[in-house]
Amino acid sequence: MSILIYAESSEGKIKKVAFELASYAKKVADSLGTSVTAVTINCGDASELSKYGVAKILKVNNDKLANFNAKAYADALKQAAQKEGSKVVVLSSTTDSLYLAPLVSIGLEAGLASNVVGLPISTSPFQVKRTAFSNKAFNITEIATDIKVLAISKNSFGLLESATSFSEEDFAPSLNDADFSVKVESVEKSSGKVTIADADVVVSGGRGMKGPENWGMLEELASVLGAATACSKPVSDIGWRPHSEHVGQTGKPVATNLYIAIGISGAIQHIAGINSSKVKLVINTDPEAPFFKVADYGIVGDAFDIVPRLTQKLKEFKAQNS
Amino acid sequence: MKILVCISHVPDTTSKINFVNGDSEFDTNGVQYVINPNDEFGLTRAIWFQEQQGATVTVVNVGGADTEPTLRKALAIGANEAIRVNANPTDGFFVAKQLAEVIKTGGYDLVICGKESLDYNGGMVPGMLAGLLNFNFVNSCTEITIDGNSAKTAREIDGGKEIISASLPLIIGGQKGLVEEKDLRIPNMRGIMTARTKVLTILEPVGAGNQTKIVKFEKPAAKSAVKLFSADDIDGLVNALHNEAKVI
Repeated sequence: MSILIYAESSEGKIKKVAFELASYAKKVADSLGTSVTAVTINCGDASELSKYGVAKILKVNNDKLANFNAKAYADALKQAAQKEGSKVVVLSSTTDSLYLAPLVSIGLEAGLASNVVGLPISTSPFQVKRTAFSNKAFNITEIATDIKVLAISKNSFGLLESATSFSEEDFAPSLNDADFSVKVESVEKSSGKVTIADADVVVSGGRGMKGPENWGMLEELASVLGAATACSKPVSDIGWRPHSEHVGQTGKPVATNLYIAIGISGAIQHIAGINSSKVKLVINTDPEAPFFKVADYGIVGDAFDIVPRLTQKLKEFKAQNS
Repeated sequence: MKILVCISHVPDTTSKINFVNGDSEFDTNGVQYVINPNDEFGLTRAIWFQEQQGATVTVVNVGGADTEPTLRKALAIGANEAIRVNANPTDGFFVAKQLAEVIKTGGYDLVICGKESLDYNGGMVPGMLAGLLNFNFVNSCTEITIDGNSAKTAREIDGGKEIISASLPLIIGGQKGLVEEKDLRIPNMRGIMTARTKVLTILEPVGAGNQTKIVKFEKPAAKSAVKLFSADDIDGLVNALHNEAKVI
């Protein structure tokens, strides 16, 4: 009956997003009088999950699962949920989790709510709040099935420590060849750089930057903040920055802590894609730029003057506060 | 090769979002409806398969008669025929059950869905289809080529991409990258004229329930106005980001 979570790992280490998931699941477990069980796949030390309320860790170790495989991973989670008699399965909103969520849903005949932004409003009937209309509204969704699957929006809940004594056990779901009919032939990944999905801060540039040759100052600002770099759609369309940096409604979604928009006017599609970010700072020469209407902080002025000075002040700040 | 492109009929991005009937329904008054942006990339990619590899392209939507203009637009872009399952798309599971029936009947080799629709942002229909039909499935699909019975695809992952091979039949949850924005097909006069004579079949839905229901909608709380700092007061901004917003 425990609440089951899929604690994602990368290169053997638990991903930060799993701690937010554990924090969320722990609260749900408390309200239902049960505990939290986490499933890890090919992960080394997962004990830090217990700091956030996980009481049991089911560790799957299987070479065939070295690359992500939605069908096989979903099958493993389904078997774990059945073993645990789980009524609620909680996933994150990473690319991999959203790929396997509907497969888990069908496998368990469990209704799925994605983009969930808070704890259940009630558990009987089971109702959760989620975002809709590209972050322009919320809906309260009721899941009528016996088992429920939730995908929690990144940064919607935060971290809640709840140190728990825990147990670990090896878990070997039975998987067959049919689970592996889709094959990863190769993986291309830029290493070292923090990704937009993982970053706590994102520094994003638009057409106001005037040309790709001017991006050095944004990259330096990003470097000081340990941030990922991003760009608006026009910038990616005209090839100033790679497509992988395009954020917005048809680009990558951003749900970071601090989104810094430099020389971006704030088209509706761009704002829709980044609106889940906690704090938005806008730097633009145009005081009428639509982005200022949704920003938390702003400076009206020339980015070429402001950004280097901001970078300098942040360097000093970091030096004083480390 | 038979391709099915699943089309969602969604409010245009710039639409005002309001709710009526005690906040239980979306207010469609004055709203312009379009093909879901993620689906548009898949539709153009399907037309390329039609032109380059002789595929037939069927478009399908689950919706009321109000969605037919959107299906006609897809026909004008080049799809061979359209199907409308005559039912309200009340949740992702219900829609997936209807589409699964269409897929079983039609014997499609490739099913192209948008990864997520921009109205309800469920992102679940392509995966549910794969689960219901036990078909190969690639989500966040940004590239696809087909040679005989084999498909080679790219899946966008955090910080890069995976190259994935799978045999047909295959379902993909598509997005930008299947074609570039500049390559999106738009209806021309000839397309619009021929669309009128192409077949649009209306099917009655199969019996299927919902797993979820929307109890009500809410609009976000009004945002407080932006705190502006003068270009001379970078210290003030850094201070606010640290002490007030606590993001640095």
